[in-house]
Amino acid sequence: MNISPSFSSKFDGALRAVLRNVGIPALAFAVFLGLWSLASRNIQVSFGSLPGPAAVAKELGNLWQEHRAEGVREREFYARQAERKAAFLAKNPQGEWKERQYAFRPTFFRQILTSLQTVFTGFVIASLIAVPLGIVCGLSKSLNLAFNPFIQLFKPVSPLAWLPIVMILVSALYNPPEPLFEKAFLSSAITVALCSLWPTLINTAVGVASIDQDYLNVARVLRLGWFAQVWKIVLPAALPMIFTGLRLSLGVGWMVLIAAEMLAQNPGLGKFVWDMFQNGSSQTLAQIMVAVFAIGLIGFALDRAMLSLQRAVSFGPPAR
Amino acid sequence: MSSTPVIELRGVTKGFGPAANRTEVLGRLDLQLHPGEFLAIVGFSGSGKTTLINLLAGLARPDIGEALLDGKPMPVAGPDRALVFQNYSLLPWLTVYGNVALAVDRVFPHLDAAQRRAQVEKFIAMVNLTPARDKRPRQLSGGMRQRVAVARALAMDPRVLLLDEPLGALGALTRATLQDEISRIWQEQRKSVVLITNDPDEAILLADRVVPLSAGPAATLGPSFNIDLPRPRDRQSLNHDPHFKRLRKDILDWLLASAGRKSASSQRTLRLPALIPENLDHVTWIDRAFPGRPARRRGELQHETVETSRS
Repeated sequence: MNISPSFSSKFDGALRAVLRNVGIPALAFAVFLGLWSLASRNIQVSFGSLPGPAAVAKELGNLWQEHRAEGVREREFYARQAERKAAFLAKNPQGEWKERQYAFRPTFFRQILTSLQTVFTGFVIASLIAVPLGIVCGLSKSLNLAFNPFIQLFKPVSPLAWLPIVMILVSALYNPPEPLFEKAFLSSAITVALCSLWPTLINTAVGVASIDQDYLNVARVLRLGWFAQVWKIVLPAALPMIFTGLRLSLGVGWMVLIAAEMLAQNPGLGKFVWDMFQNGSSQTLAQIMVAVFAIGLIGFALDRAMLSLQRAVSFGPPAR
Repeated sequence: MSSTPVIELRGVTKGFGPAANRTEVLGRLDLQLHPGEFLAIVGFSGSGKTTLINLLAGLARPDIGEALLDGKPMPVAGPDRALVFQNYSLLPWLTVYGNVALAVDRVFPHLDAAQRRAQVEKFIAMVNLTPARDKRPRQLSGGMRQRVAVARALAMDPRVLLLDEPLGALGALTRATLQDEISRIWQEQRKSVVLITNDPDEAILLADRVVPLSAGPAATLGPSFNIDLPRPRDRQSLNHDPHFKRLRKDILDWLLASAGRKSASSQRTLRLPALIPENLDHVTWIDRAFPGRPARRRGELQHETVETSRS
């Protein structure tokens, strides 16, 4: 085995790069944990000391155990119900048996799921409004001028200001006999939509307005109709910009969601944080910190997912 | 040439900007394109060549004068006047096949799917791109992109093919190859073609008739130079053909004279054509004995002195 110096130095370089790219973040994280546990030992709050990393990790374990226990209880409930149903039908075969739903105690992990459902509902509502509106705004200068004041006016409004209005409107307008959605869920989702549609709207409008004139000339030479032009030229050309907007929107939506859920009492992560705060037990802070890490990790994962979608639709710099 | 011209411009003037600060790009142009003719228009960079081709395609309207198609007012742009853009204008999210198919599907909606596919394949093959049919434009070289643009234009089965400096951005070798291909395809298809270029050699090599466009602003067209060189033309032997040299000299002289005429009034820097002519006017026994400076491309010059007259 004779490894040439250039190979070994190249190998060394690669190894060093890996060590650096993994080592520095790992070191930074270790320093963070150290400072955190140092602080936790020295800060006293009304119900004991500030939880350190170990306490938070233990709390995560507790929450997982609770979730598992709830699952076991659910299975036992349905098993008991099946037994009683069989006994009931054996006694009176003509009788009407009423199935009962298990009344969930929302565990932390179920609340994560609820939050994800809510944010996606809001995000889909926002996208369905923002993308078409952005396209017509990008195509027509007059429409853009007409909508611009509203965009500028409503874009900076906080979710906390929207939410009461949305909740009142939802209570007034959404009263079907058999509601498909909880009102709190709808209010939260609509608030997420109202706050997160702006980045998509603005990016779509800019993307459409800045389409290369050459592409539009191709459409003119081919005499494409309005709809074909939008579908075959405008939309694909603006797609990378639209996806940049969608990615920003989802990020905003996830941030807004926690606040909306706190106030609307939608059984998601926001409500979890609020309930723990109200509850004020010795585990409160540790549980809220678990939620903070969960919120951060999920937000990061959503952003990465949108980034890979964005990369998949972008076609690089325009062909020249 | 007694038949009705396919495209005709009559006294066309076109400018841009508000009345107070208006730039006349083209001034009082007259042009006729005859059926089956290969017409080349040679001009300086920035002399309004793209404006001219937009007028011919119907993408722009003349401010004064009229543009006619078959003797009738020019309708808006359409696939009967296929345009090959200077920067190719391929749709980057479509493959080679997709770019050509977009045009074919639009122009031949009455054909069934198999016939349309055959049409697309035929024109991709015509420009020798069959191996690259599933590639996207950014994976192709400049020359290949331009071939796709040519295939897309030809696949529309246009009456007129408008080429806007199609080879301007390409290297010399690719340029020569594509010139030969355009020449071959034209001899197969015999469409009416307008080629806009800044290279007089290219114009003479390809065209039946060359019309120089004077330097802007308010550019006008010069006299027609009929290129009666036999086809197929070979670039190697053409370079030594006295008739070719004479044509090239006459066209260049006209262009340079038009630039000189403007130089007194124009403040803009002019970019000269990429060729410096050799002197054919005074051929004496001394020149024969000691061959002087042959025609050269500007790129070959290390340095030069340019004299401008301000008359």
